[in-house]
Amino acid sequence: MTTTTVEPTVAKGRPPVTLSSKKRRKGSITLTVLTSLMALYALVPLAWLLINSTKTQDGLFSSFGLWFDDGPFALFSNIADTFTYDDGIFTRWLGNTLLYVVAGAGGATFLAVLAGYGLAKFDFVGKKAVFAIVIGAVAVPPTALAVPTFLMFSKMGLTNTPWAVIIPSLISPFGLYLMWTFAAQAIPTEMLEAARVDGASEFRTFFRLSVPLLAPGIVTTLLFTMVATMNNYFLPLIMLKDPDWYPLTVGLNAWNAQAATAGGEAVFNLVITGSLVTIVLLLGAFLLLQRYWQSGLAAGAVKE
Amino acid sequence: MAVPQLAAPPAVSPGGVRRKRRSYRAWQFVGPFMIVFALVFLAPIAYSIYLSLYRNRLIGGNAFVGLDNYRQALEDSQFWSAVGRVGLFLVVQVPIMLFLALLVALALDSGRLYGKSFFRVTIFLPYAVPAVVAALMWGFIYGSQFGLVGNLNDSLGWSLPDPLKPSLILASIGNIVTWEFIGYNMLIFYSALQVVPKSLYESAAIDGAGQFRIIRSIKLPAIRGALVIATIFSIIGSFQLFNEPAILRNLAPNAITTYFTPNFYAYSLTFSGQQFNYSAAVAVVMAVITMIVAYVVQLRGTKELG
Repeated sequence: MTTTTVEPTVAKGRPPVTLSSKKRRKGSITLTVLTSLMALYALVPLAWLLINSTKTQDGLFSSFGLWFDDGPFALFSNIADTFTYDDGIFTRWLGNTLLYVVAGAGGATFLAVLAGYGLAKFDFVGKKAVFAIVIGAVAVPPTALAVPTFLMFSKMGLTNTPWAVIIPSLISPFGLYLMWTFAAQAIPTEMLEAARVDGASEFRTFFRLSVPLLAPGIVTTLLFTMVATMNNYFLPLIMLKDPDWYPLTVGLNAWNAQAATAGGEAVFNLVITGSLVTIVLLLGAFLLLQRYWQSGLAAGAVKE
Repeated sequence: MAVPQLAAPPAVSPGGVRRKRRSYRAWQFVGPFMIVFALVFLAPIAYSIYLSLYRNRLIGGNAFVGLDNYRQALEDSQFWSAVGRVGLFLVVQVPIMLFLALLVALALDSGRLYGKSFFRVTIFLPYAVPAVVAALMWGFIYGSQFGLVGNLNDSLGWSLPDPLKPSLILASIGNIVTWEFIGYNMLIFYSALQVVPKSLYESAAIDGAGQFRIIRSIKLPAIRGALVIATIFSIIGSFQLFNEPAILRNLAPNAITTYFTPNFYAYSLTFSGQQFNYSAAVAVVMAVITMIVAYVVQLRGTKELG
């Protein structure tokens, strides 16, 4: 795996930039090899998942983990089975996950963008208090909040409904921090003053002028809240009883645990393929939007 | 907040009134966040503290017991063994993970790496894998049934120890967490390194400073803020360890107890034991410990800066 990936990049080499110093530092083979070890560490488990998603349940037990099975190439039948097993509940979980991600991460990003902008661009009564409260609360581990939130929500009759997962996902302190630092430097205060002189309302200014400038920061926040929402396991685990409302994470673990229960069918091939499908979706979003979140994160780091 | 030439304030109004009008405008933006924040952060914290002061008795129902639950928690050996376990995890896993992440970030930043963007994306990839999926996947790899460890032992005649046995389970979980978060921390460090003015390196090189000297004297001090932030996030993450042990428990029910981590303990108390009040006290104690440790790290991190 290392050789195939290193070769093409070696061939390309560095573009000759003459502007800089006279003696351009050359690439280091040793450094590249050492970093390749880290890349290998990152990739091997993913390769294991990909290879084993091509095996049948029997093939998993009879073949070497990091190589293909002699038996049938089962990737496509595994994918088909994943989506149809147990009356297609996986599709339902996928839909739930999308709902939680769109509503949760979308809502969290929206609130963080508004609040981050407000904190960065207005000087107002109570700003220091907002800062102190948010920073203080961030130190409280979210999972420590989950149990009391569950008890509260069960009194309010919200448990076992999608709201129980969506509402707590709406707050992302990290997203707020990111948007705050980003808005502080991406939006010229002069522009806002000029818009006010022209009589534009604050919201009109925000949506017409500021949002486009905030785009890289918004995409970054969206991706991090998406990961957080998709990663969420503890919250839906305690909030939801009905498998029909499970997100993928809780559902996949239920399939995995099924083998250990009396009379439960072992469907490890489906757990593996389902995991692969889950990862591919998220990775796809990350790679597609790479350019935006990297520039957004870089800008977020300037402030530190 | 410099006043630009063109856009002078529209009217000469007394500062106080203007500030109040501004406040109203600002709260239109900050308000929605704070309302939801109050519902999902402040209310549960308050409710938790309230619950922790009561106890449900067979006779007499719900009674105010003051700090009894806290007293119980402080004497609870299961709770402290859980705290000790995440403490050990924190002391061993976090430095290894952050050190590796820093090495990769420095390698990326050195400009001497072939295929830089390939490495940046590849090493970041695991972060995009949900923790549950990562734990399931590594669980399979560790497993004795069709896991890689068993495979290697069978086909190469090795005798690798079972990663799921009680003495190794914490290290195995540490490996999963390290795998998940190296890329994320690397990206934080790398982003911070990118902002350091390159001219500093050039003048240091002219003064005869070697690569390691530049790293020690310029790069590391420059990204101290990022190092402190990453350390605090990692501390919070370690103290609330739950997903990985909860999922590996299917494979290793004997190695992972119901009080394996403080979080897992609070979960078991609530959902298996129905001890809501005591569980709330455990959660509060844990939150306080986390805050103290995070605060001390922050204080030390910023003090050395000055």
